[in-house]
Amino acid sequence: MELNNPKTKRITWWQKNQIKISPWIFLAPGLIFFSIYVIAPIFVSIGISFYQWDGLSPSIYVGLQNYIELLDDEYFYISLWNNLKWLIFFMLAVPIGLGLAIFLNQIVFGIRLIKSLFFFPFVISQVVIGLIFTWFYQPNYGVIAPFLNFIGLEGFSILANENTATYGIIFAGLYPQIAYCLILYLTGLNNINPEQIEAGRMDGAKGFHLFWNIVLPQLRHATFLAIVVTVIGALRSFDMVAIMTQGGPYGYSNVLAYYMFEQALSEYGYRMGYGSAIATVLFTIMMFYILFFIYRMYRNEREDNN
Amino acid sequence: MFPTPIHQRPIVNQYIYKIFLPISLIIWLIPIFGILMTSIRGLGDITAGNMWGTPSEFLLFSNLYDVFTNTPMIKYTLNSFKVTIPTMLGAVALSCMTGFALANYKFKTNLIIFFIFIAGNFVPFQILMIPVRDLTFKIGLYNTITGLVLFHVAFQTGFCTLFMRNFIKALPQELIEAARMDGASEFRIFWKIILPLTRPAIAALCVLIFTFIWNDYFWATVLIQGDHAMPITAGLKSLNGQWITAYHLLSTGSIVAAIPPVIMFFLMQKHFIAGLTLGATKG
Repeated sequence: MELNNPKTKRITWWQKNQIKISPWIFLAPGLIFFSIYVIAPIFVSIGISFYQWDGLSPSIYVGLQNYIELLDDEYFYISLWNNLKWLIFFMLAVPIGLGLAIFLNQIVFGIRLIKSLFFFPFVISQVVIGLIFTWFYQPNYGVIAPFLNFIGLEGFSILANENTATYGIIFAGLYPQIAYCLILYLTGLNNINPEQIEAGRMDGAKGFHLFWNIVLPQLRHATFLAIVVTVIGALRSFDMVAIMTQGGPYGYSNVLAYYMFEQALSEYGYRMGYGSAIATVLFTIMMFYILFFIYRMYRNEREDNN
Repeated sequence: MFPTPIHQRPIVNQYIYKIFLPISLIIWLIPIFGILMTSIRGLGDITAGNMWGTPSEFLLFSNLYDVFTNTPMIKYTLNSFKVTIPTMLGAVALSCMTGFALANYKFKTNLIIFFIFIAGNFVPFQILMIPVRDLTFKIGLYNTITGLVLFHVAFQTGFCTLFMRNFIKALPQELIEAARMDGASEFRIFWKIILPLTRPAIAALCVLIFTFIWNDYFWATVLIQGDHAMPITAGLKSLNGQWITAYHLLSTGSIVAAIPPVIMFFLMQKHFIAGLTLGATKG
């Protein structure tokens, strides 16, 4: 009887399966969009890296040719080496941010405003930060010109020198990154369990000992997050390089992110295949960090469910 | 509290701290003071190398006038809003749904999908660049604001999903169970129970996405090529090429570009900071 009534049947079917189907309805728009614009392109890019392609004419399959060329490309090594410098020196943002957070974690008059002013650089576009620092470094008009004159380096251009350009850019990049780490650590310090600190103090722990053994372990979430965002920031360093030196002089301040763009989409040519090969290398490096991050989240999820 | 509250320290230390605090702030903000000072100067000061002395003229308004009338700055600013606001709304809307789905339902691929969103959120832009540019070309949206917005919405959905899912997961499950007992449909639960509760998360995401997208430079260069659709970051970069040593105009332009996210930050600071840290409390 019920089977013959399509209306009742449909309703019961929906009622029965609502819980199973609903998640997919909610997921569909976001997931489809994300797959088209983020997930699929990763594989397409890896695919393109096996082709020679200028973006217009038909592409030619060249196998590993692009990667073999990379192995002999001096500029690739310079960029890779600079990425390593970024990774190492950008990490300074983490301890400096922590130090500043400890310095600012006080209750005095006006501290809220002072903290927000310290966060400030993080909100400003990297383009603006890059422009400011480029101007600071100008050998003749720049802010540091008097200082350079003082130490006898009159007219020295940090960004035009192959040995100093990368460090000049990293230094500028540290400015907003320190602010970012500061925000993370101030929140971390806020959420610390005061009883443990007091108990530590009762036991006679103070100063560095207290910090190292009791405070720092409680800040590990903030530290983890600060390291993750700093690593990603270092490997993504594109804006600063594009604004400050465009990889110059002669590619000596290049990083993989910018070198890829230069090869694939600039006046140097439209070498999509070669660019994709560089992007694939960068992606592979980043993948280690992504997998590490996901592994940690996975562990936490399992702990939550048990 | 760590470190020891300063008022429990000897009075000398308190004074030292209170003196050092403003000094450190001034040193920290030197770059910002630099552009503020320069934006009120004239060309005379710039060529004379007068960077830190008293400005010989007060020309802020004339510089602003120059920047707004002689360059497409107004256009750039408008474009930035046209990119930023729809992206903000789109990404938040999509991620409310994906976040709800991943937080509330148990199904086999749940964690895998969640991790795909997280992983995608961290990939280098360069691995997406060529296919995304190609796709945007093919659907006829290269060099349009819509094309840029579509990509931004999709990409930001990754981060927003991570954030929303964790937020919704932390909400009391009893509410949802009770509503289900009462026979409420899943859509009703989403609309009437979950959405009102996620308001703080939505606010936090809105500020964050606003700042991220406003400050985006990479995609603006990859997907946009003309003044008509160029957002302010890319616009500023192209003006930089024309101005060369006109630092007073460059500074004024930089300030114009920095003002909207800065205002957003000061108005919504609590949400902003909550957003930066809450999204990954599980980290």
